[in-house]
Amino acid sequence: MNEKKTLDDQHYEKIIAEESICTQDHVVYEPPKSAMYETPMHYCPGCGHGVVHRLLAEVIEEMGIIQDVIGVAPVGCSVLAYNYLNIDMSEAAHGRASAVATGIKRVLPEKLVFSYQGDGDLAAIGTAETLHTCNRGENILIIFINNGIYGMTGGQMAPTTLANMKSTTSPFGRDVATMGSPLKMTDLVAQLPGTYYVTRHSVHKAGNVRKLKKAIVKSFEYQKEKKGTCFIEVVSNCPSNWKMTPVESNKWLEENMLPFYPLGDIKTPNQKEN
Amino acid sequence: MRELKLMKGNEALAESAIRAGCDAYFGYPITPQSEVLEYLSREANQRTGMVILQAESEVASINMVYGAAGTGKKVMTSSSSPGISLMQEGISYIACAELPCLLVNVNRGGPGLGTIQPAQGDYFQSVKGGGHGDYKLIVLAPSTVQEMSDFVELSFELAFKYRNPVMILTDGALGQMMEKVELNPQKERKHVELEWATTGRKNGNGRVITSLHLKSEQMEQINIRLQKKYREIEKNEIRYEAVNCDDADYIIVAYGLVARICHKAAELARAKGIKVGVFRPITLFPFPYKELFENVKDKKGILDVEMNAGQMVEDVRLAVEGKVQVEFHGRMGGVVPSPEEILEKLEEKYLGGSK
Ligand code: SF4
Repeated sequence: MNEKKTLDDQHYEKIIAEESICTQDHVVYEPPKSAMYETPMHYCPGCGHGVVHRLLAEVIEEMGIIQDVIGVAPVGCSVLAYNYLNIDMSEAAHGRASAVATGIKRVLPEKLVFSYQGDGDLAAIGTAETLHTCNRGENILIIFINNGIYGMTGGQMAPTTLANMKSTTSPFGRDVATMGSPLKMTDLVAQLPGTYYVTRHSVHKAGNVRKLKKAIVKSFEYQKEKKGTCFIEVVSNCPSNWKMTPVESNKWLEENMLPFYPLGDIKTPNQKEN
Repeated sequence: MRELKLMKGNEALAESAIRAGCDAYFGYPITPQSEVLEYLSREANQRTGMVILQAESEVASINMVYGAAGTGKKVMTSSSSPGISLMQEGISYIACAELPCLLVNVNRGGPGLGTIQPAQGDYFQSVKGGGHGDYKLIVLAPSTVQEMSDFVELSFELAFKYRNPVMILTDGALGQMMEKVELNPQKERKHVELEWATTGRKNGNGRVITSLHLKSEQMEQINIRLQKKYREIEKNEIRYEAVNCDDADYIIVAYGLVARICHKAAELARAKGIKVGVFRPITLFPFPYKELFENVKDKKGILDVEMNAGQMVEDVRLAVEGKVQVEFHGRMGGVVPSPEEILEKLEEKYLGGSK
């Protein structure tokens, strides 16, 4: 095969050959070393889960809290999160991650506890647990991955599926008259006095990834100060069940999900104190 | 000397949980056991720092128990029949993840919403699984307020010894009745680091509490390990009481509250010259099959009495393997049988009617 080299390729090959830039001083990014296992993930290519896992691991390492963190994994695509995150973790029954996290936090109040849940888990079967955990103001971090679909079971309608969006159980599009409207869980929990910091993010662009990382750091700091529940929604993609390429899915996310689930802080400490 | 008090069964159980050094209770109100949550809410936290949390449902409580038990703390919940039904999914997860904890079922009459009166209709649910999959709880059946108290500490001992959930299966009458009870001294609440518990990563890799094992070979190995543990429990932990069985011609088998009534029935029988003994399984799992057989093998017959349609009687039949006649008398829906009624049944089944 006769591969055509671009100008860029030639340029980089030349630099590598001449200057040997592959030295430790030139490293711009390394995967987290201790809070994450070096193992391939089972997530589909382009899926947001892997990025959020990596961010969590980075934050845990950078904050030096690996011995203090206990995570709770849900039922859903991220059911095996503990195969990637090298921290103490508990696997919860479908929808019950925030109740499990409550149990852990109540007996180990000095530890930092988070739950990691998808939309079906957190906003359908686990709605009661989510609302009451937030309403009690449990000092935990809830990370809510919202991709508007049931990923693991193969693309069924989720509570957060957009109006008219197709899924295997809304094959003609979500008809809100009979199937209900997409549930804005994050806006809902922001109404509760128990939540301290409620914010919505995405990982579809590098800038957004950086913002999410800051939100995770803040949430763990607030948790250390026992301020109440921190709730981070991550509007994410599901290229496999949306039946798109990763790039298409991110574009679709921006054009369809974000207008309905706008990014940004919904409740911040300052607002709360005012 | 243990402290002597007059207490309701539910309160004696709650007090004993505090004294056993229990770290946390998660529960939801339901009659006839709300006194447990009420008593603990009043007494526990200021005395020992024990965590008491009224959850939004039994589903949430059992999952809080799962979370907290995973840290190696002494954790419990209590409920009554419909509430325990709601907990079954969580109990199955707890059994598979091998988490020690105490579950209390103050049995009321069912099925459905049923009645708040005492019953034993949850024997199958407690002893034969209840939730999905092959698992066993260790099940203790108290028959006095004293045992409601004593079995709390015993339950925690067994739960941690085997890393297995333990259930105290009692009923509405025992929960509500007042009796004198000798209480154990206060034990200190202390944190013990257990190597499997998720308390924040130590040396080595992160620890995981889970009941998910996707590969069937792996899931089979987990099952084999559980079954091995259950056999071990069957070998070591059988508890029962045999009263006046040696010279008896007939044996009444009953557990919990009913066993007490049967003692009275046996007394009435002996006064009439009918030699009756009472065999009471205390552990419903492990069930005292051999011990029961030893006590009844040369008898003229067994009367099994329960407050249900006949559940434990299946285990009694398994124990005697057709070698001894087994008759059953049951009352349902919250009706408690009287001693006279039990004696009458015994006479009817074995002696051609009342003399
Ligand atoms: S099914 Fe969807 S959410 Fe699940 S891993 Fe694949 S892309 Fe991600």
